[in-house]
Amino acid sequence: MTSSAPALVLSGLRKSFGSLEIIRGVDLAVPTGERHAIIGPNGAGKSTLFHLISGHYRPSAGSVRMRGEEIGGMAPQLINRRGLSRSFQITNVFPRLSVWENVRCATLWALGYRYSFWRSVDRLADARDRTEQILTEINLLDRWDMPAGLLTYAEQRALEIGLTIAGNADILLLDEPTAGMSHAETDRMVELIRQVTEGRTLVMIEHDMGVVFDLADRISVLVYGEVIASDTPKRIKANAAVQQAYLGTEVA
Amino acid sequence: MSKTTQNGAPGRPSGQGSGLVATAAIWIAVAVVLAVLPQVFSSGLAISTMCLMEIMIIFALSYNMLLGQTGLLSFGHAVFFGLGGYLTAHAMNAARGEHAPLPLEVFPLVGGATGLVFGILFGAVATRRSGTAFAMITLGIAELVSSSALILRHAFGGEEGVAFDRTRVLHLFGISFGPQEQVYYLIAGWCFLSMGGMYAITRTPFGRICNAVRDNPDRTGFIGYNTTTVRFLAFSMAGLFAGIAGGLAALNFEIVTSSAMGAAQSGTVVLMTFIGGVGNFAGPIIGAILVTYLQVMLSDITGAWQLYFGLLFMGMVMFAPTGIAGLLAMQMPLVRAGQFHRVLPWYVLALVPGLIAITGVSMMVEMCFHLTVNTADGPQMSFAHVAFDANSPLAWAVAAVLLAGGFWLFRRAGRKALDAYGSALEKARSGRAGR
Amino acid sequence: MLEIGLISTLNGVLFGMLLFLMASGLTVIFSMMGVLNFAHASFYMLGAFFGFEISRHVGFWPGLVIAPVLVGGIGMLVERYGLRTVHKHGHVAELLFTFGLTFIIEELVQMVWGKLAVDYRVPQLLDFPAFTIFSTEYPAFKLFELFISIAIFLALLLVIKRTRVGLVVQASLSHPEMVGMLGHNVDRVFMLVFGVGAGLAAVAGVIAGPALVTQSNMAQSLGPILFVVVVVGGLGSLSGAFVASLLIGLLQTFAVASDASLADVFGELTGNGPLIAYVSDIWNVTVAQLSAVMPYLLLVLILIFRPRGLMGTRET
Repeated sequence: MTSSAPALVLSGLRKSFGSLEIIRGVDLAVPTGERHAIIGPNGAGKSTLFHLISGHYRPSAGSVRMRGEEIGGMAPQLINRRGLSRSFQITNVFPRLSVWENVRCATLWALGYRYSFWRSVDRLADARDRTEQILTEINLLDRWDMPAGLLTYAEQRALEIGLTIAGNADILLLDEPTAGMSHAETDRMVELIRQVTEGRTLVMIEHDMGVVFDLADRISVLVYGEVIASDTPKRIKANAAVQQAYLGTEVA
Repeated sequence: MSKTTQNGAPGRPSGQGSGLVATAAIWIAVAVVLAVLPQVFSSGLAISTMCLMEIMIIFALSYNMLLGQTGLLSFGHAVFFGLGGYLTAHAMNAARGEHAPLPLEVFPLVGGATGLVFGILFGAVATRRSGTAFAMITLGIAELVSSSALILRHAFGGEEGVAFDRTRVLHLFGISFGPQEQVYYLIAGWCFLSMGGMYAITRTPFGRICNAVRDNPDRTGFIGYNTTTVRFLAFSMAGLFAGIAGGLAALNFEIVTSSAMGAAQSGTVVLMTFIGGVGNFAGPIIGAILVTYLQVMLSDITGAWQLYFGLLFMGMVMFAPTGIAGLLAMQMPLVRAGQFHRVLPWYVLALVPGLIAITGVSMMVEMCFHLTVNTADGPQMSFAHVAFDANSPLAWAVAAVLLAGGFWLFRRAGRKALDAYGSALEKARSGRAGR
Repeated sequence: MLEIGLISTLNGVLFGMLLFLMASGLTVIFSMMGVLNFAHASFYMLGAFFGFEISRHVGFWPGLVIAPVLVGGIGMLVERYGLRTVHKHGHVAELLFTFGLTFIIEELVQMVWGKLAVDYRVPQLLDFPAFTIFSTEYPAFKLFELFISIAIFLALLLVIKRTRVGLVVQASLSHPEMVGMLGHNVDRVFMLVFGVGAGLAAVAGVIAGPALVTQSNMAQSLGPILFVVVVVGGLGSLSGAFVASLLIGLLQTFAVASDASLADVFGELTGNGPLIAYVSDIWNVTVAQLSAVMPYLLLVLILIFRPRGLMGTRET
């Protein structure tokens, strides 16, 4: 965080599957501390972009730099240990573990316990406190002993965010955190995101324009694997190209 | 079905509470039972069977570090059991030759060290893959080792194996390990230590991350863990404990042959672990005790005992994939809420036709077996002390009716029992919420 | 030398084609259903024993047709009433189910036909030497085996390239995740593919039975080699399975024919010490003795240098 380099810089990033190019040369810089939203029509390659940044996929070309350091093509765990954590669009938790264990597992590496097989996990006071704090933040403390697979959809979405923030990463990528939620749930989620991203860098894929304009400092529009605009919410709203490509159909 | 298959109690939001006391009480009880058993069942057969059970408990628990804890299906776990046994045997012979002042008590460590070393070696290859490929690789490695055993005659002793005399080492406190009962206590001690060790590992950060890898390996990478490393460590540790079990088996029989690491031995540990239940720490213990008991008892009664095992295993895979421990764990919320008496009659009602169907199956198996394998004895046979002609259509009709009728009734009663379970569980939950 | 080379090549290709007859079904089933059928070699064994039993009553030729059909039917029943029930418990349960099946089939075969090898004879029509290379007579039955396995290979190729079911199979090989979107008849396709796979393994059993030993342990001894083939070739890759089948077939037959050892190359081991006995075991082992180990050595080597197999693209 002391580094003056931006949190994330993507340059000339490309990804193809066979002959199909999904990401076609993306350039994007996200300064430290910014809340950045990525919007775009379905199939634009938003999730693929996250997969490239987080190490799920290896880029076909171009670079991903995190605070000046190249992370393109690194294994997910190595990127995570450098302080970048992501959530998934389709809920991706540990179904048979309890809510408590889910979150606690996600705190362990950052607290330095690694593969320790000589310490009792229940006696790790810092892991316990951190887990309790996260569960309070995501409002799941009263569900702590429930297997994650049995939670309701909204609760699983909250747990997904909990897993993402548990490791105390300072760059967070959230993939459609409010997808499929009711109005009330969405409002709660927005508050939660605002709260947990305080002082961190956030990159977020979101379809709900209310959420986007509410949270984001800057918005990038991804269409057919290319960023066609990247600007403040106000100017994105006014941008003719964006209107035509995207907003005109989605925001009534 | 897997909703209640937690490993141990989940962590508590604050403090340790009564869990610690209960855990300690269970372990003390286990120690007492292990100590008293040979006094209660003191016949020679009973003691040697219990020795075998305890060895198999360690072996099955070590296997469950892979299958139940980390989600790794291995078909070659006996490799570590067998190699641990061989090295223990060689170490015994070497110690005797060199007059090394080592007591018998420490020799299982040789087995454990061997298991660990080979676990690291083979784990480095096998854990590069997961899922089906991992399973096939373990199978290949097992074949590699057991076919090498036939070539390296000096190391593996060819068909005769490697024999030794366990009494010819240093005696501590005058214990010679001649009598089987003394060996029992050696095995029981190591069994207790190993159970405790493996249980403790499930309660560490590493143990929890193993569960995470089992549940969702992809996500584990995104919380900072390298799944390959987790699998590799689990595989090595499972090798360590399997090696201890193998060393104990060697000391128990005073001989090791290549069958100790053969495909059949690897298959047996899969069977016992799964039948006992992979989702629960106690599952493999139950499985090891039950399967060893059945092996000893059934093989005396019927020549088709392995077929019965196969059928039992298939039945469990199809209808009760959480194993015996899983079925028992399902009853826990009912017992706790005092609702168990509501379901018990239904279980008994389902059990009766179930037993009738099993009688039908085993009658058919026995008649088949009698007609084909024991052709020389003629068609006369007896089943459940009733003598009859295995060629008679009547006998077959009776068996078929028992099987079909029993199965049909079992299905009906089983459905009723499940309904009863569901409503009792509902009651138990609402009772808990109401408080 | 040339003689051994020719004969070994023929035998190697033959063994390879027989392996592929089984590995092809195994691979297609794996691609479509995600389950590696552990009992595949057991279907091969059932084919051999059914073929044997039929040959005792009505002759070899009817058995060549009836046995695979019967085994294919059993395969379909296994898929319909077994695998489909287990499917909801996940892939590990499916693999364990087929693993348990191998136990039961072996026990049943032992019960019906005993533990000793049965006398499954080459049909009289083919019981003559086809040709003589130098001094070795090559049996006509082996040529017939080769002919059958190549014919089936070509027929399969045609089915996969030209029919509707073939298209589904192709799609599943290249995009396994799409299989679920094939519509409501996907269950029937699964059952059919599983049955055909089992039937193909049975064909291999019927034609290999008379030439090799038909015994209740034949599934157990062949199964692991079969799994090596599919892992070395790359799980889910049909062409990989083909290459690996031939590779392992040739490797094993050539190895059997060679009795070279380290001692031949570097001379006898001299000296004495406690370890020399152990080392001399390795020193004097012949390549022929190693032939049983070779597929597994190959497996380990492939995994170290190409973890996904020769042509594999899939992780699990």
